[in-house]
Amino acid sequence: MKIVQAALAGTLESSDLMVKVSPSDVGLDIVINSEVMKQFGEQITQVVNETLTAFNVTHGQIIVDDKGALDCVIRSRMQVAIMRGTCSDEINWEKLQ
Amino acid sequence: MKKLRRSMLFLPGSSAAMLSTAFIYKPDSIMFDLEDAVSLREKDSARILVFNALQHPMYKGIETVVRINPLNTPFGLKDLEAAVRAGVDVIRLPKTDTPEDIHQLEREIVRIEESCGRKVGSTQLMAAIESAVGVINAVAIARSSDRLMGIALAAFDYVMDMQTERGDGTELFYARCAVLHAARAAGIDAFDVVYGDVNDEEGFLKEVDLIRRMGFNGKSLINPRQIELLHNAYAPTQEEVDYAERVITAAEEGERSGLGVISLNGKMIDAPIINHARVVLERKKASGIRH
Amino acid sequence: MSKLIAALQEQAGNSKEYVAFTHANAATPYLADAKQKYQRKLCENLDEILGRCELHDGMTISFHHAFREGDKVINLVVDKLASLGLKGITLASSSLMTCNAPLINHIRNGVITKIYTSGMRGELADAISHGLMAEPVQIHSHGGRVNLIQKGEINIDVAFLAVSCSDEYGNASGSGGKSRCGSLGYAMVDAAYAKCVVLLTESIEPFPYMPASIVQDQVDYIVKIDSVGDPAKISVGAARVTSNPRELMIARSAADVVEHSGYFEQGFSIQTGSGAASTACTRFLESRMKNKNITAGFALGGITGSIVDLHEKGLITKLLDTQSFDSAAAASLARNPNHVEISTNVYANPASKAACCDRVDIVILSALEIDTNFNVNVLTGSDGVMRGASGGHCDVAAAANLTVVVAPLIRSRIPTVVKHVTTCVTPGESIDVLVTDHGIAVNPSRPEIHQRLVDKGLPVVNIEALYQRALEISGQPKAIEFTSKIVGVVRYRDGSVIDVVRQVKE
Repeated sequence: MKIVQAALAGTLESSDLMVKVSPSDVGLDIVINSEVMKQFGEQITQVVNETLTAFNVTHGQIIVDDKGALDCVIRSRMQVAIMRGTCSDEINWEKLQ
Repeated sequence: MKKLRRSMLFLPGSSAAMLSTAFIYKPDSIMFDLEDAVSLREKDSARILVFNALQHPMYKGIETVVRINPLNTPFGLKDLEAAVRAGVDVIRLPKTDTPEDIHQLEREIVRIEESCGRKVGSTQLMAAIESAVGVINAVAIARSSDRLMGIALAAFDYVMDMQTERGDGTELFYARCAVLHAARAAGIDAFDVVYGDVNDEEGFLKEVDLIRRMGFNGKSLINPRQIELLHNAYAPTQEEVDYAERVITAAEEGERSGLGVISLNGKMIDAPIINHARVVLERKKASGIRH
Repeated sequence: MSKLIAALQEQAGNSKEYVAFTHANAATPYLADAKQKYQRKLCENLDEILGRCELHDGMTISFHHAFREGDKVINLVVDKLASLGLKGITLASSSLMTCNAPLINHIRNGVITKIYTSGMRGELADAISHGLMAEPVQIHSHGGRVNLIQKGEINIDVAFLAVSCSDEYGNASGSGGKSRCGSLGYAMVDAAYAKCVVLLTESIEPFPYMPASIVQDQVDYIVKIDSVGDPAKISVGAARVTSNPRELMIARSAADVVEHSGYFEQGFSIQTGSGAASTACTRFLESRMKNKNITAGFALGGITGSIVDLHEKGLITKLLDTQSFDSAAAASLARNPNHVEISTNVYANPASKAACCDRVDIVILSALEIDTNFNVNVLTGSDGVMRGASGGHCDVAAAANLTVVVAPLIRSRIPTVVKHVTTCVTPGESIDVLVTDHGIAVNPSRPEIHQRLVDKGLPVVNIEALYQRALEISGQPKAIEFTSKIVGVVRYRDGSVIDVVRQVKE
């Protein structure tokens, strides 16, 4: 899927994260900032990548600002940011599970 | 023992922090709200948050409920898809006015269950009565589907519809009775309204005492602090338990010795009293002893 | 007169002992001068004092931290010493806070080369954790600090002690005036052992300012400065009970443990930390004490307004205060006769002839980390950076009959229960019960406590299960990498080395 517009999801509250996606012509550029980068940086990156792959997103600028969110919250915010950014109204449930 | 449903903790489906920690409180059910607690702009993100949270192992051991938006909004159907597919136990339908509302909901749920491979019939329903029409139709609504496990009264919209305001409970008098009777006639659970003032412990306990004695199975809660208070109010006192145990003992003795009439302290113990004693001891098993 | 000496010498055959009387004020010349008699210790400003003290490179200076984040004296004095060109100083402050970040530059410039402290926070702690100092910081407990001072390892040349009020002779306390810190428990020890004692006070009171926490016979110099501390920042800990439902849940669970521990009897004694869960626990204990119709013999601490409240309600007979955590406690110390100030030597020094912590029944503490052997870390975050203090933790934990640690299982995705603590400050053998929002774990060394709690239907689980539960929720955190350089030495209360802190690898 193609990210066609800039979109935000989530908040900067503790245990949440803010995800910002914007269109890009030059592939994927992912920046992750996290309060728990040392301990969970790899895991967060994995969830972010998995979600992008599930939606087949190959181009886009992705900025993640994490405040200690659990994996399922990271996944949720990524999914919503991508859906908003790709302007998809239809939800393909298989992609989300 | 029958599934306890004394406490139903409301969580706004949009709050990542709450969804990440609410499983530490031990309410009998947790309700993820996608309706009134979520702003229009966040309907989509709350839906996805709840969809993922429902599948987290920490919520597997507790009864889950999702309050979807009404089906005649742009959000309701998508909410339903998300909740059913994620394995929610109960769907709570707000503003249920007629049995047809339940039938419509049920048709959509069957479609979704079949589509995603979930056992058809496994998703239960709860009807929320929030209007005068709903109260009048309560019996028909309560009997409208095998999937219904309970019927709840929701005060906010109801008192607006009745052109009055939330007060000492007088404004809910009839509605409470109607919903309760509907539940008993249909053999399902009855739930009372949210008590909004979290800091007014005394007021909360007074209301809980009233609805418990009326016969409500449980109540909706908006703050974890209310859970312990509620469970404790549903627990019998030590005196009640002591008396109940003596009644049961007397009854068992009476049966063993083949006496027709059993008495305790000079008072006749008949079936209703023995039954009530059993209910008290069941309440003790469920909620402990009041402290 | 020399005839007398001669006669004595002839009789005793010893010429060294006696000196003939000359005049009344031979040894006390200042008594002859009216101004000197009363005000010889008073100095115009800090510069004058530093001129009169014997300052030298490599000296040891000490401070107390009763003014906590509102303290102004530590930074002020070190700035002055730096401007005088001093180098190689050993800083022995009872603790260091985020407001001490300005010390970073002085360390860089070689003004301070060695530190003894109970803990540190903020930028200073961050910088030291990342290798700012050549010599590792010595982290000690409150009781352990007194031990190190008495043994001479901390050899204080000059103690700079901030006080609220003092008279011209040096009778001082933290309970009067504008910036009140309450108990001067730490300062009392420095005043007893330092070679030179300097008081920095906000006001000079009429003589005699007694009863005094620091007494005139310990004090060398006094200077009045505008402000020793910011009253708004002095308070630490919860002023009112938290409304956070998770903290309340943990607090209630801790109160359940206390109630059914077997130690909740008439005359029991208690100590609680300043954290939100500990303070809330005090509130829950109040109703249980009333229900059981018992009162506590004393509370030790670390005294908060909540404890004072119980005292004033007649539920706790005496308060033994080595540090007043908030203004309510400071005010109570000033007005309640049974709220008593004690030095840290009396409080928790293992080498003292008697320590109050040895008589505590129940203590409720917090933890940054606790491992499956119940070892506790209150010093370093899970990222390896120092951000806490040893404090009185290991002191009271070692001595109390029941040591309870309260903590949420997970804080912002970081598990509290781990396989091995990043830094061990209090050994597991001193910890009896862990109370979390996911259940209660009891140290296998206390089977009778385990039985009591299980009998009462409390949610007791294996600590291993809590560890697994944390992982299930947050995922497996990656281990922090350290270099081989040691930046901190954790000294147990008896002076032995229990652990070290290494530099974080970036």
